[in-house]
Amino acid sequence: MGVVLEALNVVRHFGAVKAADNVSVQLQEGQTVGIVGPNGSGKTTFVNIVTGYVKPTAGQVRFREQDITGLEPREVTNLGIARSFQIPQLYTSLTILENMLIALSIRSRQHWGFWGPLKSADRVGEATQLLARFGFADGIDQRVSTLPEGGRKLLDVALSFALGPKLLLLDEPTSGVSVDDKFGVMDTLMEAMKRSEITAVFIEHDMDIVARYADRVLVFAEGSILADGDPDSVFANPAVRTHVLGEGV
Amino acid sequence: MSVKPGSLGGESGVGEELGVGQDTAFRGDRTDEQALTGATSSPRPSRRGLLAALAILALLVLAPLLGLPSWLVFLFTVAFAKGLVVLGVVLLLRGDLVSFGHGLYYAIGAYAAGLALRAGFPLRDAFPLAVLGALAGAVLASIVGLFLARYRGIFFGMLSTAFSMILYSLLLKLYWLTGGTDGIAVRISSTLGLQPPADLIRLTQYYFVLALVVGSVYLAYRVAASPLGYLMRGINDNEIRVEYMGASVRRAIYRTYVLSGALGGLGGALTAITVGHIAPDLAYWTASGEFVFIALLGGSGSVFAPFVGAGVFELVRNYAQKASPYTWQMLLGSVLLVIILFAPGGLWSVFERLVGRRPTGSAGGPEKRPAKERRWALSSKR
Amino acid sequence: MDQIAIVVLNGIVFASYLFLVSAGLTFIYGVMRILNTAHGSIYGLGAYMGAWLIVRLWPGGSGALPPWTSFLVLLLAGVFIGLVVGPLMERLFIRRVVDRGEVISLILTFALFLILDDVMKLIWGVDPLLADMPYSMLGSIPLAGITYPIYPFLLTIVAGLAALVMWAIINRTRFGKLVTAVIADREISSALGINVPRIYSFAFTLGAILAAVGGAFIAPMSSVVPGISIEVIILSFAVTTIGGLGSVGGAAIGAIMIGLLRAGAVQYVPELDLFVIYALMTLILLIKPRGLFGGVEARRI
Repeated sequence: MGVVLEALNVVRHFGAVKAADNVSVQLQEGQTVGIVGPNGSGKTTFVNIVTGYVKPTAGQVRFREQDITGLEPREVTNLGIARSFQIPQLYTSLTILENMLIALSIRSRQHWGFWGPLKSADRVGEATQLLARFGFADGIDQRVSTLPEGGRKLLDVALSFALGPKLLLLDEPTSGVSVDDKFGVMDTLMEAMKRSEITAVFIEHDMDIVARYADRVLVFAEGSILADGDPDSVFANPAVRTHVLGEGV
Repeated sequence: MSVKPGSLGGESGVGEELGVGQDTAFRGDRTDEQALTGATSSPRPSRRGLLAALAILALLVLAPLLGLPSWLVFLFTVAFAKGLVVLGVVLLLRGDLVSFGHGLYYAIGAYAAGLALRAGFPLRDAFPLAVLGALAGAVLASIVGLFLARYRGIFFGMLSTAFSMILYSLLLKLYWLTGGTDGIAVRISSTLGLQPPADLIRLTQYYFVLALVVGSVYLAYRVAASPLGYLMRGINDNEIRVEYMGASVRRAIYRTYVLSGALGGLGGALTAITVGHIAPDLAYWTASGEFVFIALLGGSGSVFAPFVGAGVFELVRNYAQKASPYTWQMLLGSVLLVIILFAPGGLWSVFERLVGRRPTGSAGGPEKRPAKERRWALSSKR
Repeated sequence: MDQIAIVVLNGIVFASYLFLVSAGLTFIYGVMRILNTAHGSIYGLGAYMGAWLIVRLWPGGSGALPPWTSFLVLLLAGVFIGLVVGPLMERLFIRRVVDRGEVISLILTFALFLILDDVMKLIWGVDPLLADMPYSMLGSIPLAGITYPIYPFLLTIVAGLAALVMWAIINRTRFGKLVTAVIADREISSALGINVPRIYSFAFTLGAILAAVGGAFIAPMSSVVPGISIEVIILSFAVTTIGGLGSVGGAAIGAIMIGLLRAGAVQYVPELDLFVIYALMTLILLIKPRGLFGGVEARRI
């Protein structure tokens, strides 16, 4: 089990705001890591930096021994890191199936084909199966715009998963999902991931979810990592309790 | 210097925003452009659609033999040739790019054929000349596209216009090479080896162009159903997602642009062959504007739409110009206004509404959220 | 030496013409984010109006009013067209597409251009309208070894005055301050209570007046024909692109650059006199797409 992701003294400023203040962390392969922290603490910035959407002012990001600092999201994705978004990023005028088909065609590097159909039997079969694993059975021929928020979230996650990454970064996978469905969504996700050797990192605000699914928790506050450990010890940490859980002094 | 969409990430504001949409100067309002440029919900035609298309094809094939007057045959030949250029414009439209400079390819195809003939090109048949035009378009597009694929929105439009005007200025002034405003006469010897008698030439060219149009429509249909075709529609919806899936938006646009240039060049060569004369106006900005107009008139909802639009356009222009020469532009302009303000999906969406299908370009298409809301939605600034 | 002087003179004259046409276009874009293809049509309307009035008031070159008043007439013609066409266009059409993106507005205004082109034909016919009285009245002087007409310098003065007026309006009037606020951030301006639609109306009309006045003053230099707008439109696009969309100062610099470049080409490499303009436009778009003075736009949240 090696180190799959390493951040080394990553710094990122936005004007006066320190979105990433000397962040250093090592993630082991196969872990399930939860990232928590108050709003504006740098969680999404961290994901943005790792995936290349934002370039760090200083510091390095390494993915499986390779320096990926400064690479574009596209290159980072092709190396094996996929992410889902706080606001689901989907192809809204296309159907659920079509969204998945595009993801699969890119994964198999067949997305430049301009003669053969996207909807080949093989590809449709694979897409249908994959969607089923995430709970999309009927209605995959519906446009994405008809999906409720929870469904979009799930599809966004499914698409990222479909890319076959080694490292999956999920930005609030259950926000916008109704309370009843949250655990269902996470169970589905964990089940789907169990069969592959994926390292999963998810940003969450729901501490119950984090406690239940994460092996390890990173607590962000004001751009740096305040605490790092297994859920129990992290949640017992007094500093964490004040800053993150909002418990009074 | 590349202008990347979504490149705001680096300069963006506070903390945890994920790209607040795109810089307005480059993107404008996505939703309405999507309404105008929205692609079909399914490029695979239904059974009914296929039958209808075949019926129309049969009509087009038989009409000249059943008494369609020669001048109308000629008109439709020219219209279909132009339709090919418009098809090129529509391919880009589906990726949310409006090319205001397709006159560049129209002219290069026409002049490739005309100049080749004048320079003693051994193959004086329509077919190799048409291929030459398409090639000229493709080659030029593969060069111009290297630059153009980095741009979006109004800048894509302006740059494409600039390139076409460069060609125009050269075609106009390099008299010794291009014949200047006088242009060049284009005389072919045969069409696919056939040398029909004078009274059958128009007919021959009509079928020749029609055959190429059918081939191009088929090609466009397959492209639309292909991974690249869907990728372009994905780009239309969400460039960020495309990049985050690991595909290069710029490369997709580039490839589509080269294809679009080839179609433009083909249309230009066919026009040169059919009309028999070429002039620098083919590259002028108003010619490019005409292609955009026809693209919007027909709508971008189907691969047939450009030809429907071109046919209607040429027909109306013919009658309107004769009836009232000083008002046909006014008519054109008014039609365009109506389309923009009330029917962004063009004629095709009107047709679909009549036939009962959900119109793909507009109301049934991408959600219409106003720009501001969309921008807010992409950011989760808390 | 004479040759260079001629190039400079011609360049400045051409630049004046370009500036008059482009200043309004770029200003409107800066305020409303609308690229008005029909801007050249307003210019054409100004030219037709001015020429027509001149011919009516001084048929055959002479009339009741003293000749120098023809300049006033031209100015009034331009202002009149601007005041009439500007608000009409803005209220009826432009307003509807302000929120729909720049490409849409480009296409919509293209439709307006088509319509107005025919409107001009319908009103004034297709025969060239020659109103050269003001031009010939000013005569010419020997300059740089040739006899140079004086009228073009009037054009330069008009352009200079227009630039001054624009500068004064933007920097020294309350309206100008409001406009600056709207340019910087429309939503915040609106939130602060600025009547943005009204600012749009005024700005558009101001731009229209500039174009129409430009057209009116250029009319005496050659006959006014249908299609006069067509070349103007593309040239003004080139100028504003080079100078930077939204920057009136940029339009001035862009106009001077193109003017001199073209004059130089005409003198030394006449085959390329058009080419240099569009080559420069392309170059700027490739190297600095926002133009020389485009600047970074205020981010919209």
